[in-house]
Amino acid sequence: MIEKKIMLGNEAIARGAYEAGVRVSSAYPGTPSTEISEYLEEYNEVYVEWAPNEKVALEVAIGASMSGVRSLASMKHVGLNVAADPLFTASFIGVTGGLVVVVADDPGLYSSQNEQDTRSIAIAAKVPVLEPSDSQEAKDFVRYAFEISEEYDTPVILRTTTRLSHSQGVVELADRLEPEIIEYVRNPQKNVMVPANASKRHPIVEENLIRLQDDSSTMNHLNRLEIEDKSIGIITSGIPYQYVKEAMPNASILKLGILNPLPKKLIEEFSQSVDRLVIIEELDPVIESQVKSWGIKCEGKELFSLLYEYSANMIKDALTEEKVEIRTKEEAPVRPPILCPGCPHRSVYSVLNKLKIHGAGDIGCYTLGASEPLNVIDSTICMGASISSLHGMEKARGRDYIKNWVAIIGDSTFFHTGINSLINMVYNQSSGTVLILDNSTTAMTGHQDNPSTGVTLRGDISTSIDIKKICEGIGVRSVREISSFDTKELEKALKEELEKDEVSVIIAKSPCVLLKGVAIKSQYFVDKEVCRKCGLCMKPGCPAITSDDEGLTEINDTMCNGCGLCYSRCPFDAIKLTKSVIDRL
Amino acid sequence: MEIKNVMIVGVGGQGTLLTSRILGGAILDSGFDVKLSEVHGMAQRGGSVVTFVRYGKKVYEPIVEEGQADILIAFEKLEALRYAHFLKKDGIMIVNDQRIDPMPVVIKKEKYPENIVQKLRDDFNLILVDALNEARKIGNLKVFNVIILGVMSKYMDISDEMWIKQIKENVPEYSLEDNLVAFQIGKDFREEII
Repeated sequence: MIEKKIMLGNEAIARGAYEAGVRVSSAYPGTPSTEISEYLEEYNEVYVEWAPNEKVALEVAIGASMSGVRSLASMKHVGLNVAADPLFTASFIGVTGGLVVVVADDPGLYSSQNEQDTRSIAIAAKVPVLEPSDSQEAKDFVRYAFEISEEYDTPVILRTTTRLSHSQGVVELADRLEPEIIEYVRNPQKNVMVPANASKRHPIVEENLIRLQDDSSTMNHLNRLEIEDKSIGIITSGIPYQYVKEAMPNASILKLGILNPLPKKLIEEFSQSVDRLVIIEELDPVIESQVKSWGIKCEGKELFSLLYEYSANMIKDALTEEKVEIRTKEEAPVRPPILCPGCPHRSVYSVLNKLKIHGAGDIGCYTLGASEPLNVIDSTICMGASISSLHGMEKARGRDYIKNWVAIIGDSTFFHTGINSLINMVYNQSSGTVLILDNSTTAMTGHQDNPSTGVTLRGDISTSIDIKKICEGIGVRSVREISSFDTKELEKALKEELEKDEVSVIIAKSPCVLLKGVAIKSQYFVDKEVCRKCGLCMKPGCPAITSDDEGLTEINDTMCNGCGLCYSRCPFDAIKLTKSVIDRL
Repeated sequence: MEIKNVMIVGVGGQGTLLTSRILGGAILDSGFDVKLSEVHGMAQRGGSVVTFVRYGKKVYEPIVEEGQADILIAFEKLEALRYAHFLKKDGIMIVNDQRIDPMPVVIKKEKYPENIVQKLRDDFNLILVDALNEARKIGNLKVFNVIILGVMSKYMDISDEMWIKQIKENVPEYSLEDNLVAFQIGKDFREEII
C-alpha cells in the first residue's frame, strides 16, 4: 500500500528532494521557505546546512552540482535577489548533477518587506520555472525539476508561494532514487565563465530554452488540460488554480506546471478551443504579457489585481453572476505582531526610546520596534542595510546628523550581509554607532542556528564565530558587549559611543526568550497596595502588562516570561516576584 | 459529503499550530481529503493568526472564505469578533473565555470591545469555554487548546480513537497524560449559560 501523509507544502518539497536523490542542500532561513531545510534534516542521506546568506547557499549548491551530484538551494523571494549574482551565471554554466533552486514568493506580504514575482527574475536569468499547486505536486515537481535540469543542462527554479508552502495537504510517498554520481571531467569551456567561454555558452542557453519550450507543450505531467464548458477558458497555475476550481468548477482550464518557458503551442491550441480566454495569476502579468505578445486575445489584469493573494470569491465576483453575500465585518482593534513578553530587544529599545535615538533598522524580530509604543526603528530596507544606510546618511549630512542615530542589526543578519557594510564604515571613515542585538538565534523565522551559535543545522557542535572578534578584526576600535537587560550600562555606553568620532559597535547580548530553557521559571506581579499608577512599567509596551481605567497595572501570569524589565523600572518597588510558579512548570 | 470548513483563530503563540496538526492528522486518519493553511513567520509574534481547515471528499482551495466556515474556534475573544464574518449564518463558534489586549489597547489608543460574547451569541451558536481555568485545575496551562479540541470534537465526524491517536503523536511524552485529561474535560464540557 502506498503510504499517505499530511504534509506542509515545504515538508513535501523536502520529501521531494529526498526522493529525487538530492545529496547536498544549502539555505538561509526566510519565511515562507524555512521549513524545507528543517524537514530535509530528517533524511540522513542528504547533507543539509544553513549558509550565512542565500548567495553562499546557491554557490554551495552549484559546487555540489559541478562535482556531479543532485543539489538544492532554497530561499525566500528576496533571498533570490541576494543570490541573483550566481544564478545569472549558473544558467550559462548549466549543470553536471541536477541543480534546483526553490524560491518562495510571498503574495500578501505575510512576512516580507516587499511583494515580488520570482518568475520575472527567472526569465531575466534564463532559468526554467516549475510551479506546483498543492503538497502532492510540491513533492512530485521537485523530481521533475531535476529531470529538466539534467536534460536541458540548466538550473531550475521551483517556485512556491506562502499559501502553498504553509498549507498542508495529503501526499503519497515514494522511494528515494539514487542517481549515480557523475565522474568529474575538467571542462573549462563549460565551467570557467570568462568572456571567451561565456559568449559561446550564451547561444547554447538560448537553444536549450527553445528546445524546452518546444518540448513543454507535451509535458502532460506538468501541464493539465481540463476541458469542460468552452464558453470560458482559464489559464492558471499554482495556488490560484485551486481558487479557480472552487469558483468555476465547470470552466475549461489549462493548468500550467511549467511557467518558464511557457508551453506556447499548448497555449495557442487552448486559446483556439475556447470562446473567451482569461488568465488568472497572482502578482505580475507574466503569462498574460507573453500570451498577448503572441497576438492571442485574452483578459487578465484588467479583471484581477497586481497585488496580494487571490481567492475563490474574488474570481466569482469577476467572472460569474453569483453574488457572494457576506456578513458585515465587526469593528475590532487591530492586533499587529509585537515583541514577545520577556524579549531582550524590548529592554534595549526602552533605552533608545528614552534617549530619543533613531534606529536605521534591518530585517528580523527587532524590526517590530518600529511600532508604538517603542518607535525606535526609522527605516527597514533589506538584510544588512541598517549599517550601510546609516553610513550614507553621515556622508550626506555630516557627523552631527547621526549623533542621535544608531544602526540596529541582529546576529544572524550581521553574518548575512552586515559584515560587508561594517567594513565599508571602517574603510571609509565613518563615525557611526552600530548596535548588534545578539539573541543567539535567527528568531523571526523560528529559531535557526547561525554562525554565532556554533551549532549546525543538524545540531552538531561547530565553531562559534565571535562577533566581537570579527568587529575588532575589521578594525573597529571600540567594541563593547553588554547584557541586553543592563539598561544602565547600555545607556552609558550609547551616550559615550555616540560622542566618538569613529566607528563603534555595541553588542547587546541576551538569548531569545523563546529558546528552550531561557524563560526563567519565575514571574512578577503588581502589589496593588504599593502601585502609584505612574505607568513607567507600561512604557516599553510589554503585552503581559495591562492597566485598568484608573491606571492600576496588572501582570498577566499566562504571558509573563519573568525578564524583570518592569521590575527594574518601578521606582516604588510595587512589582514583586511571584512566589507560586507551580502551574507554569 | 459536503466540504466542511473549520477555522482556528487566536493570538500568535497560543498554540494554533499544534492544534491544527492534531486536527489535520485526525481528519486524514478518518479517510477524508484535507487541506490546512496556517500562518508562520512575523505574524506569529503576538499578532492575529488564523488557521483554515477544509475536509471532505475532494478539497481544492486551502483557505476558508468569508461566510463559509461551519465551525470557528477562537482562542481569544477579540479574535472571535474579528473573524465572525467568516462563519455561516447558523455556524458554531467555540470561544475561549480569554482576553489578550492588543497593543493599541495596551497603550490606550483603542478600547477593547465590550460584550463580545453577548453580541456574537445573538447570531451564532456560541459555546463559551473558560479553558484556561480548566487547564489551571489540571496544573498545566499549556493544555488549554486541547480542552477546546475536546469541545470541538462533538461537532465533527471523527471518532475519539482518531483524536487520541493524534494527541499521542503530537504532544511530548511528559505532558501526554495532562493532554488526554484535557481532551476528556473538553468532551464532557457543558456550558451553563447565565
